[in-house]
Amino acid sequence: MSIAERLPRIRSVRVPAADGVVPWILPIAIVVIWQIACATGYASSRVLPAPSDVALAAWKSLRSGALERNIWVSFWRATVGFVIGGGIGFAFGLANGLSQLSDKLTDTTLQMIRNVPHLAMIPLVILWFGIDESAKLFLVALGVFFPIYLNTLHGIRTADPQLIEMGRIYGMTKGELFWRVIFPGALPSIFVGLRFALGIMWLTLIVAETIAASSGLGYMAMQAREFMLIDVVVLSILIYALLGKLADSASRALERLTLSWHPAFQKH
Amino acid sequence: MQQSLRVLPSEADFVPPSSLVEQARFARRRAETASCGLALTVRGLRKNFGDNEVLRGIDLHIPAGQFVAVVGRSGCGKSTLLRLIAGLEPPTDGTVSFGEDAQAEDIRVMFQEPRLLPWARVLDNVEVGLGRSRWSPDAKARAEAALAEVGLRDKRDQWPAVLSGGQKQRVALARALVSHPRVLAFDEPLGALDALTRISMQRLLERVWDDQGFTAILVTHDVAEAVALADRVLVIEEGRIAHDVTVDIARPRRRGSTDLAVLEGSILQELLKEDRAASA
Repeated sequence: MSIAERLPRIRSVRVPAADGVVPWILPIAIVVIWQIACATGYASSRVLPAPSDVALAAWKSLRSGALERNIWVSFWRATVGFVIGGGIGFAFGLANGLSQLSDKLTDTTLQMIRNVPHLAMIPLVILWFGIDESAKLFLVALGVFFPIYLNTLHGIRTADPQLIEMGRIYGMTKGELFWRVIFPGALPSIFVGLRFALGIMWLTLIVAETIAASSGLGYMAMQAREFMLIDVVVLSILIYALLGKLADSASRALERLTLSWHPAFQKH
Repeated sequence: MQQSLRVLPSEADFVPPSSLVEQARFARRRAETASCGLALTVRGLRKNFGDNEVLRGIDLHIPAGQFVAVVGRSGCGKSTLLRLIAGLEPPTDGTVSFGEDAQAEDIRVMFQEPRLLPWARVLDNVEVGLGRSRWSPDAKARAEAALAEVGLRDKRDQWPAVLSGGQKQRVALARALVSHPRVLAFDEPLGALDALTRISMQRLLERVWDDQGFTAILVTHDVAEAVALADRVLVIEEGRIAHDVTVDIARPRRRGSTDLAVLEGSILQELLKEDRAASA
């Protein structure tokens, strides 16, 4: 018997078709157990509505068009806030990573602002913007700004000096150095920031919507609480989970697309 | 205080007849290609890093097409000398001059690390070596020719991450060769490779040098490598050229032959004399 055979097997046989199913086994099992618990009366329907009741609430809400409208409004706020905050964060990350003057000028200020929890700004934001759209966009933008800024800056700063020297020797211009050497090297770090930011984006939006809004998913949940519609409250929470998963999958797909050179993303 | 250690081929080393043909081939090729290389002259070269004097006055002439190896203990300044010659760092004092028609693209450097762009395919990495002429219509063809020269034509569409260490260095060599440099400076390019890959890379270096006739400057800590490849070995000690050794052994050289071993031994003895002095 060879040594290899005696070692415990770490990697089991992979069934490619099962790869897509496996991650969903746990969520589906939870829903099934939940339904059984409600049906047998183990969980009171006043504490936890059965999944079938939640589905029914979703159906009713969809028929009336309220659900679609609320999801759309929240999605729009999330996207616009993300693009504004992420765009500014990315720009500052690039500027401060590439220019010492810009870094000296702005980094201290940004670090001070960063340490203020952005949700603590809600009272001030309501005073400034009321419960207008701009209040939510401002908070989301502020929330996503920092993870994108910090990770872009980190990615640019940690560019491999040996590769930069190589680029210089081979006569690359400053533009070429950036696009061919510095930026691709910073991408993995930028993606880390992107995924952090997506999480913060939902968190901020939902909190903002529950406190100060007249539409959107957070508003829908708060409204349902007022009328003791616990199935709608649970529905809203489940939609957050799905939207969060969707955003994460989208950023992963983008990662796979742009980082196909990276050893971690190569298929074996 | 330059001395010359000279080792002549001993008659004890039997040279097989086929090898004589090879030798003649080498000699003829050297004559044909010598004009491709650039001669370079170094005068009074000094380099300080802060208070630390790394190079203390180097004077050196390298004729066109010569293969020079630079050996020395670590920290003796041999890599710094190479970086100054290649123009990667400014000297504190002194000059490095090439012929009048020399251009930036004529001088290329190969490092211990391959320094390939991980996000560019092998062929694109080689095209980086074309510098300004990367946008010319024959760029792709030239890059492919350079890849073929190092024997990696079939890897053109791979990512660098899937290549072995030796293959990465061969891609780096192709990138350095693609612009047909007239001086090629090697900073321990084989230092990170395993013994067998080193030997095949040494043969490859010797072959492309022989084919293209550039002036080669090889910094290495491996004296056996230096005597096997170079026409001339410079021994650097404390920022100065301590010995300038001509390697008068015909090519192709047989690894492990007595001539090479004797020369290697005498150079090593010089390098290690400090140790002996310390232990005595």
